[in-house]
Amino acid sequence: MILLVTLAVPLAGALLLLLPGARFLPGDAAVRRYGVAVSGVTLLLALVTAAVFDHGEPHRMQQGVDWAWAPAIDLRFHLGVDGVSLPLVVLTALLTFLCFVHMVRHPPSGGPARLLTALVLVLEVGMLGTFLALDLLLFFVFFEVVLIPMYVVIALWGGAGRRAAAYKFILYTLLGSGVLLVGLLLVAVNAGTLDMVALAERHGGGLSRGVQITAFVLIGLGLAVKVPMWPLHTWLPDAHTEAPTVGSVLLAGVLLKMGTYGFVRIALPVAPEGAQVWAPWLGLLAVIGIVYGALACLAQRDLKRLIAYSSVGHMGFVLLGIATLTPVGVNAALFGNIAHGLITGLLFFLAGAVKERYGTGDLAALGGGMLTSAPRLAAFLTFASVASLGLPGLAGFWGEMLALLGAYRPDGGLPRETFVTFMAVGALGAVLTAAYFLRLLARVTHGPVAEDRRDAVLPAPTSSEYAAWVPLVILTLLVGLWPKLLLDLTTAPVRTLLGGG
Amino acid sequence: MIVLASLTILLPFAAAFAGMLLGPWASRRLGARPLPAASAGAPGSPGGPRTPDAQPPPGTPEETPVEVSAEAPTTPLPVARPETAPVPGGGPRSAELGRQVAGDMALRGLRHNGPALIACLPMAVSTVLALIVAVVVWREPGVRTGVLTSIPTGTIDIAVGLRVDGLAALVGLMVCCVALAVQVYSVAYMAKDPRYSSYTAFISLFTAAMLLVVYAGDLLVLYVGWEVMGVCSYFLIGHHWEERANSRAAVKAFLMTRIGDVGFLIGIFVLGIGAGTFSIGGVLARIPEMPQATVTAAALLLLAGVAGKSAQFPLHTWLPDAMAGPTPISALIHAATMVAAGVYVVARLYPVFLSSSAALTVLGAMAVVSMLGSALAALAQNDLKRVLAYSTISQLAYMAAGLAVGAQSAAIFHLVTHGAFKALLFLAAGSVIFVAGSNLLGHYGGLRRAMPVTFWSMTAGYAALVGLPPVSGFFSKDSIIEGARHAAAHGGMLSEQPQARGFAAYEPVGPGEPAAAFAHLPAGMAWLIYIALLVTVGVTAAYAMRAWLMTFFGEPRTTFEAREAPTLMTWPVAALAVPTALLGFFGLGAEELRPHLVSVGLSLLWAAAGVAVVYVLWNRDPALDPADRLGPLRKVLDRAFYVDEVYAALVVRPVQALAHMVAAADRRGIDAAVVSTAGWSRLAGGTLRRLQTGNAQTYLTALLAGVLLLVLGVVVLL
Repeated sequence: MILLVTLAVPLAGALLLLLPGARFLPGDAAVRRYGVAVSGVTLLLALVTAAVFDHGEPHRMQQGVDWAWAPAIDLRFHLGVDGVSLPLVVLTALLTFLCFVHMVRHPPSGGPARLLTALVLVLEVGMLGTFLALDLLLFFVFFEVVLIPMYVVIALWGGAGRRAAAYKFILYTLLGSGVLLVGLLLVAVNAGTLDMVALAERHGGGLSRGVQITAFVLIGLGLAVKVPMWPLHTWLPDAHTEAPTVGSVLLAGVLLKMGTYGFVRIALPVAPEGAQVWAPWLGLLAVIGIVYGALACLAQRDLKRLIAYSSVGHMGFVLLGIATLTPVGVNAALFGNIAHGLITGLLFFLAGAVKERYGTGDLAALGGGMLTSAPRLAAFLTFASVASLGLPGLAGFWGEMLALLGAYRPDGGLPRETFVTFMAVGALGAVLTAAYFLRLLARVTHGPVAEDRRDAVLPAPTSSEYAAWVPLVILTLLVGLWPKLLLDLTTAPVRTLLGGG
Repeated sequence: MIVLASLTILLPFAAAFAGMLLGPWASRRLGARPLPAASAGAPGSPGGPRTPDAQPPPGTPEETPVEVSAEAPTTPLPVARPETAPVPGGGPRSAELGRQVAGDMALRGLRHNGPALIACLPMAVSTVLALIVAVVVWREPGVRTGVLTSIPTGTIDIAVGLRVDGLAALVGLMVCCVALAVQVYSVAYMAKDPRYSSYTAFISLFTAAMLLVVYAGDLLVLYVGWEVMGVCSYFLIGHHWEERANSRAAVKAFLMTRIGDVGFLIGIFVLGIGAGTFSIGGVLARIPEMPQATVTAAALLLLAGVAGKSAQFPLHTWLPDAMAGPTPISALIHAATMVAAGVYVVARLYPVFLSSSAALTVLGAMAVVSMLGSALAALAQNDLKRVLAYSTISQLAYMAAGLAVGAQSAAIFHLVTHGAFKALLFLAAGSVIFVAGSNLLGHYGGLRRAMPVTFWSMTAGYAALVGLPPVSGFFSKDSIIEGARHAAAHGGMLSEQPQARGFAAYEPVGPGEPAAAFAHLPAGMAWLIYIALLVTVGVTAAYAMRAWLMTFFGEPRTTFEAREAPTLMTWPVAALAVPTALLGFFGLGAEELRPHLVSVGLSLLWAAAGVAVVYVLWNRDPALDPADRLGPLRKVLDRAFYVDEVYAALVVRPVQALAHMVAAADRRGIDAAVVSTAGWSRLAGGTLRRLQTGNAQTYLTALLAGVLLLVLGVVVLL
């Protein structure tokens, strides 16, 4: 029941904003506080969900809600949470809340605050719903709900090239969704049910090999656009670069995870034979993504674009973990999801702060010496970069390391030599990742302050910026130092999903 | 026991966090006053002028987990003295005026110096704990392990635990002692540095990471410490990041070691998956059952990480550049501890290497090239710190060579004595740099009288480096040479089984392990190592003599006020001179560490030759640099055989070119393809739109045509 309330609160919050502005919450400041309050309540509910979650049985679906919705097509309103989805639910609620907190003092310009608040709340409904849904069509509905608000956020509050970026984003992802829907329906028609739990328990039983292979490639392609997997990634740099800070944070922090979550929740358990066939190809594209993303980052000139391409590389590690079809690999993927959400969320907050202060994200125009001119901001940027390059002891490490470990010994049905090669290339990609982050730090934070910026006064981070950054820093440290926190949650359900018992 | 060891690690770890968050606040609470006049930016003085960015921070200092510095950099960028400007290298970059004063005041202000207290006190407690651990292990040898918890991964669990044996206890104690000496020394050396607070916190974090490597009971836990050390090294090398050169050196150090670490991590995977566990004890126990190919692959991969961390050929070029960091950092990280971690890991996993001839051969070859090459490079360096850096590479290669010929306890013995005497040499060099205001040998001269403590300590250090009796280096170096002689004389049979007793006691390879399972070193390689060791003694003697003479004898070559360094700096130096001088006698307790006549005679002969040549050259004209006599060779040695240039051409530039290609391809290729589909679909849309004329007749005709086609199709297919 609590899950239903968790979804209802942001939805009701968004609907209430339909009331005329003159009577309900006049003024932008009131609307922003309202956004903080609604998302805060949602976060509390997510935390309560985590608190009442039975950590002894993380593989069991808990807090289930299962109502008939459209009995004619056996469509059910089925929600539930297990160890796979719980961390993502909390991450979503947290990042949305932090976005609202950040907007209190740093509202993006471009449209009415009322609309933005409503859109982000609807976005939250879609994101939370995606991670909670246990019915294929319901999953698809929530998956799609996310698109429109994000499109509007980019198109109205974005940077100079926002229109083109928004079009590209929505056309790309809609195309992906179309393929995804066909795949889901193919599964549903052949298996005779839309229930994800039942489908996962069958492990492909009732679906012929041909259907599984087709279904995996269709579902996989649809999800891969969202991840994004190389070479379907080109919407991402534009969307990230043009989106306002909150848009980038939610896009990188949560939206990308919906793709990989879909792989773990639907594609792998529902069509295991298809997964066996396609896994080497998935692994290949993942590894190309790692190296390609890193190389592209090395040559980027814009801060936000660089972080966007770094996502391609990081999600490459997540996909590589999935492609191994082993519990450790899928664990790695889920860990990498959370870590990337925390770290890249932080990075985009910081990129936004840099852009706000310097008026540009161009690395050459930023000059150097940020540690002199804005020491605290530079210190946070250093922390986030070091976390993102996968330093052990911080969150980013475990996902990458476990993905490589999974690739060293992939599932028995997969070609081992191929995956060991993937592992070696991926590990070298990790070195390149370190290279571009250190290059970024050296260019921006080190060195003398540029001549023309010597006298510029850069404002210190505001309280709402600290409030948005510090929780992410603490969680990055916590998850990095104590990975057991997440791995205890995910290991059992991952084994169940993969059919390992 | 394990609890003590974990406390030893956790104390500096907590100190690191506390230092970063609370350092300046603690100073305020302790009642520090802004030091008069020149020291407005001194650590812990809260009243320093803040940069615009640091307008009254909205949160309390605790709220800001700042990575680099909790206090704002205050003073305008310090400018190096004109004559030192082009010198890459650390040193107190505060304005010359009042530096001495600040150094001396550091002692008196210690009570009020928050960051210093937060760093030094836990470190002192840790040292005591490490001492207790070492004494307990010494009295009751054996392996003690403890596991806090195990982390599920989906395959082999990670056991978060420690493993303390003689080797770990000994090295852990060495690390703590050097770290404590460096922390105390830094209080004075960095007294005027505005970022002292973050500097000292990173030293604490580094120490915790190194101790984690030393005490770790699980390979992946070890790897965590291994990498955290690397990042601390990165931050500390780049401590004076205002200069681009320092920043570049830091990046280079991190990336080169990380390249090796890729191999290291994969090596851990190979071992762990092969053995079915990541715990060190479990892995060592399963070595005999593992296929030869697996063990060899693992050992070779691990060696990549060892080469990176311990700065061995071909991944050695970062270490001389790393001298850009402040000198105490060079003493701690880039001489005594982190760079020794590679050698330590080989010793820790020694059975893995002993089971593979290929690995031992590669280790030996790596050692020979590094040893001789870097000793020759040290001969031609101008910068005192770079002399010591190349010397460190060379000495680490001695340890690696010792391990390659099976002289494990000798190698560890040398690791410990080297930790003492090289830390001493660096700290003393720091004092010299502090006083003379320059890193260049060519700027010193005649410091013997003004700096007696530094002079005598450094003399002991150089003697140990060369291996002159009776200081520590003599014993440890000769036991390695003796091990190599034994291996060479016996056609590559390794000299001794790792059954060391005394304080280097180490768990034997495994219960019931037959000695015949040990791999051989090819006889030729054993001879090569033996000869290289001896020749290097001569070269070492030569460069040590050159540095010693140019620093302390003759006439001063530039003007500076010659006086002894502040007390807080001379104490640690003098304290390190004690183990430098005496540590060697501990080796007499163990059979395999006692000096042998043949090796001693030969190496002393080589050392004498090296010393004599340099002395004769120098004595002709003490104002000149003896290395000038090398002629055209000087340039080659100074650039260390142009390895950097080769790497730039073969690796750095191709990667950069590739990166630009990818970035361009992404725009023009893939994205253009996607965008062009938009054009195509618009075209298609336009074509289709033309069909929708709104004319019912056209529609009907088309419909009929379609039906006809369908019917035809059905007929044909059926």
